[in-house]
Amino acid sequence: MSDIVEKTLTALPGLFLQNQSTGGPGAAKASFSSRLGGLVRGITALTSKHEEEKLIQQELNNLKATVSAPTTTLKMMKECMVRLIYCEMLGYDASFGYIHAIKLAQQGNLLEKRVGYLAVSLFLHENHELLLLLVNTVVKDLQSTNLVEVCMALTIVSQIFPREMIPAVLPLIEDKLQHSKEIIRRKAVLALYKFHIIAPNQVQHIHIKFRKALCDRDVGVMAASLHIYLKMIKENSSAYKDLTGSFVTILKQVVGGKLPVDFNYHSVPAPWLQIQLLRILGLLGKDDQRTSELMYDVLDESLRRAELNHNVTYAILFECVHTVYSIYPKSELLEKAAKCIGKFVLSPKINLKYLGLKALTYVIQQDPTLALQHQMTIIECLDHPDPIIKRETLELLYRITNAQNITVIVQKMLEYLHQSKEEYIIVNLVGKIAELAEKYAPDNAWFIQTMNAVFSVGGDVMHPDIPNNFLRLLAEGFDDETENQQLRLYAVQSYLTLLDVENVFYPQRFLQVMSWVLGEYAYLLGKETPEEVITKLYRLLTSDSISSETKAWLIAAVTKLTPQAHSSSIVERLIQEFTTSLDTCLRQHAFELKHLHENVEFMKSLLPVDKSCEDMVVDSSLSFLDGFVAEELSQGAAPYKPHHQRQEEKLSQEKVLNFEPYGLSFSSSGFTGRQSPAGISLGSDVSGNSTETGLKETNSLKLEGIKKLWGKEGYLPKKGSKTGDETEAPPVPQETMIMENVDQTMAKKDQSQVPTQSKDEKEKQLLASSLFVGLGSESTVNLLGKVDTVSHKFRRKSKVKETKTGETTSTHNMTCSSFSSSSNMTYEEDYYLDNFQDRGDKELKKISLNSELLDSESLSELPLVEKLSNCRLSAPSLFADNMEVFHPPQSTTALVASEISLASSLLEETTEHMHSDPTEVCNNETISVSSYKIWKDDCLLMVWSLSNKSGLELKSANLEIAPVEYFKITEQPGCCLPVIEAESTQNFQYSVQMEKPFTEGNLSGFISYQMMDTHSVQLEFSVNLSLLDFIRPLKISTEDFGKLWLSFANDVKQNLKMSESQAALPSTLKTLQQELRLHVVDIIGNEGLLACQLLPTIPCLLHFRVHGDILALWFRSSCSTLPDYLLYQCQKVMEGS
Amino acid sequence: MQFMLLFSRQGKLRLQKWYVPLSDKEKKKITRELVQTVLARKPKMCSFLEWRDLKIVYKRYASLYFCCAIEDQDNELITLEIIHRYVELLDKYFGSVCELDIIFNFEKAYFILDEFLLGGEVQETSKKNVLKAIEQADLLQEKTEAMYHNKSFIGSKKAY
Repeated sequence: MSDIVEKTLTALPGLFLQNQSTGGPGAAKASFSSRLGGLVRGITALTSKHEEEKLIQQELNNLKATVSAPTTTLKMMKECMVRLIYCEMLGYDASFGYIHAIKLAQQGNLLEKRVGYLAVSLFLHENHELLLLLVNTVVKDLQSTNLVEVCMALTIVSQIFPREMIPAVLPLIEDKLQHSKEIIRRKAVLALYKFHIIAPNQVQHIHIKFRKALCDRDVGVMAASLHIYLKMIKENSSAYKDLTGSFVTILKQVVGGKLPVDFNYHSVPAPWLQIQLLRILGLLGKDDQRTSELMYDVLDESLRRAELNHNVTYAILFECVHTVYSIYPKSELLEKAAKCIGKFVLSPKINLKYLGLKALTYVIQQDPTLALQHQMTIIECLDHPDPIIKRETLELLYRITNAQNITVIVQKMLEYLHQSKEEYIIVNLVGKIAELAEKYAPDNAWFIQTMNAVFSVGGDVMHPDIPNNFLRLLAEGFDDETENQQLRLYAVQSYLTLLDVENVFYPQRFLQVMSWVLGEYAYLLGKETPEEVITKLYRLLTSDSISSETKAWLIAAVTKLTPQAHSSSIVERLIQEFTTSLDTCLRQHAFELKHLHENVEFMKSLLPVDKSCEDMVVDSSLSFLDGFVAEELSQGAAPYKPHHQRQEEKLSQEKVLNFEPYGLSFSSSGFTGRQSPAGISLGSDVSGNSTETGLKETNSLKLEGIKKLWGKEGYLPKKGSKTGDETEAPPVPQETMIMENVDQTMAKKDQSQVPTQSKDEKEKQLLASSLFVGLGSESTVNLLGKVDTVSHKFRRKSKVKETKTGETTSTHNMTCSSFSSSSNMTYEEDYYLDNFQDRGDKELKKISLNSELLDSESLSELPLVEKLSNCRLSAPSLFADNMEVFHPPQSTTALVASEISLASSLLEETTEHMHSDPTEVCNNETISVSSYKIWKDDCLLMVWSLSNKSGLELKSANLEIAPVEYFKITEQPGCCLPVIEAESTQNFQYSVQMEKPFTEGNLSGFISYQMMDTHSVQLEFSVNLSLLDFIRPLKISTEDFGKLWLSFANDVKQNLKMSESQAALPSTLKTLQQELRLHVVDIIGNEGLLACQLLPTIPCLLHFRVHGDILALWFRSSCSTLPDYLLYQCQKVMEGS
Repeated sequence: MQFMLLFSRQGKLRLQKWYVPLSDKEKKKITRELVQTVLARKPKMCSFLEWRDLKIVYKRYASLYFCCAIEDQDNELITLEIIHRYVELLDKYFGSVCELDIIFNFEKAYFILDEFLLGGEVQETSKKNVLKAIEQADLLQEKTEAMYHNKSFIGSKKAY
């Protein structure tokens, strides 16, 4: 390094001499930036970081004094700004100068202004508060007659501008779109682009002007407008389909070399423009045959014109290939594009090779043979010295993984994992390995060993879903019980072996997984007694490297094993040691263990073996304590007051006058049994803390069955109802699985086939054959489908959120998993059966759909088109079958008639239930889709009605809804109608249930259909759902209200201020009744009781009292989050009315 | 484009332009990590990097590294050409540019960059047009500078 510094130093004088002598643009700088020069030279001369800090701090102090001195001229200020920018670039804080930068932009002449604006753009970000001070300056400069000033103002606006001040400059900028100078027009368009990014709704009204910019006679302005279009088309491509022709024409002109030579870049015509246009076309042509057809010619031309001589032509080619693969496919083009990908992959240039791999990664699902063609290159890239190439190759392999090549691919991934240190890569790769392992694991031994590797490397950085899913998989198992036991046994054995190794430190998460598994399943080891396992766990407990969280897991495991053990000396030692632990949590666990240990029989009943999946009910209201509490109260104990009440009282004591009574008093008969008003809360909050943890446990797997199943009076008996959400039917086996745990040797043999570093071609061939099995030409079509159905060995149960990984490779996977079991489907069919009786004929179509989907699963290997036609074929027969079963009601014909009359497209339910008005969610020239909600008593029914505006019939209309975390869409998520006749309307219905309370959610999906022959169109839509959609009145008596009130633990209190007009109780009640759909149970004086339920069955009670202009709301519910959400809704309603 | 960084082989930052709002602390962290990562790469290696969730495109010109962060769906090769065009612009403006030109006239380098890329998007690809815009602004500058020089010359003459 020092020689470079020297060189720089020797070059310095020469540089200055040159500057002074030569003139030109650089010449003027010496005089005014010499201070900067001095600073730079000073810094370069220093040898240590410490000296640099000292010097710059000194410099900053000088600058601080200078900029704030009143005598400083603007010219000096400009010079100071430059130095400030430099200091800040070196990483020092120069925030004192920010305000002066704004001042300089405001007051300076052109030159100073230019530096002032530059400093502002470098110092501030768009949310910086000082930026508001710049708005006036910008407005002034935009109105200036000096072009340079206008340019500067537009430049700063395009970079940073406070969102809320957009209206102040928007009209001025719109004016500039008509400016005679193209540079001004161009910058104005880019400023609007910036506005569109930060506040899209503010520029919505000027879309017409964007079109004008697109047609601008200057190429630069037109190119600038493409930024806006690209962004808008990304958001909603269907609205801009009509522009396809224009974009195609522009691209044709560009490719044909019709632009001014100025726009050539290394003799390639306007490459940036070409790429922008190609990206736009790719978005427009996606899944749209008619639009795609318009662009085939120009794409062909682009592929042909790009002669391979320069990087920039490769850039265009790459984009072109991407577009060809995104739009509706045309075989000729695909062929050419595939050839292009070949050129990339085979190129000796490393950048192109990388892009070739990247292209392969995204085309691999459409065309797996392409990977076969390049298998040898892929193998080479797998051992490439550049880790980036390696990683991209792994990404590619990840996409082609199947049951046959899983072991080789995962091994390669693990190799890479062991070499990488960057956290982001580790997290990413570990997630992929875990996903693949769960999907395609060939046997138990391999699965457990791979997961061991995942846990040891991913350790504490990996996504917490991975260990949770793993444990869930072990606990819930799949359908073959002996196989489950073998998997568990293998896990236990492997962990015990791992724990035997001396001086190895495992990540905390891994240890937690181990302790859970050992605690639950160590009983499977017939020979090894629980004592030995306890001994091992105890040894871990005493280790220093274990976090206290992990220790809690370990103690829980010991607790579970204790009843199985014969002798308990170690347990006693543990109790002795940890009951004096300084960690409260551990101490508590130890005491729990101690007390349980005193009654072994009881402990055995409390901690049954292998019952982790059994649901248990936690009486979160602790109602079993009521007797105890009542007794205490009768003996004069002070009633318990919840935290907020205590606080309120404390606050009110400080006031001179208190207008609020101290406790709530209910005069209703429901509470006569209680003695004091405060007694209302007595059943609930006695130990709020443990109640809460109890609730949490039921939701997550990891703690299930470990603790908190006992209350003060003893073990809580199991009840029928489930608090958890694992109610789904278990999947049916795809095939009987082979589960010999001797397979380990097999796996090893397999791995030994894989050459690690050898250059030997033969070995590479071997590797290739093991990597690309299942990709042969005969299986090209059914590659993904077939593999999936066969080998979802460790598929997670119903609750999997496959989309969450984001990397999930094929949509097919998703469909597959939604059909995870045929029993599930029969179940749903039954469900329809019940429904059909009263819903009438219309539903029949849906059931036939349903069965079609059943069919289509088995057909999934067929290409799409064929599948659809098959469905259509199978429909009538199924339909006929169903007809007999369902006994359609008498009124069928009448209903059909009414359906045909397009005018009333609402379902008949709508007459019985409240419903929203239909709103159009998406449309195009042939169809229009509107949706509405029917608030049925037991669910929310979403109806999408698709009306065919065209005179042609639509085939294979299909509506799919993307799975959302919070909702359970209980009907079949895919609908496929064989035909929608011309000018008719068809309804799709989905009943939606909420799984977790939330305030607002989005349901999105798409509708696809086919016109005439094969042309398929897809339209996207989304619908907003709010919590209120799932709230129904709960009709109960005052007495029941009282009982329920006492049994609920979760409460929320809030005082709301009301306006004068609302202050009357009746009007408030009415608002709440109407807006929130609450049931008014009773009104007693100035107090009101309301009740509602969150579908399906979560009740929530509201007690409220009007006192002056204060509305005291008190919610209680069995669900911990619901009161908060409802309170929020209440507040909204009250503010709104 | 998310941001552009210029740094020397010694890891010294020479120019930074951020097109996404980030806190100073984050900027510093990103810069530090990225400079380290890029400098650690061997010359024959690929010009693209996957770094966190960003794609980094970098290229070395003499002692200076030019480094751009783009989103995943952006075209890496054309980003390389953006870097190249910027270097060409600097070269034309300064007349065979070297690192020192950029150190001592970094504000000029910023002006050129702002004329070429605006808000993270390519604004003007024609070399001629970019330089014309810069020169227009510079011209004003030179006029005033010249006036200033004359004055001081006269002033000094009087003093004699």
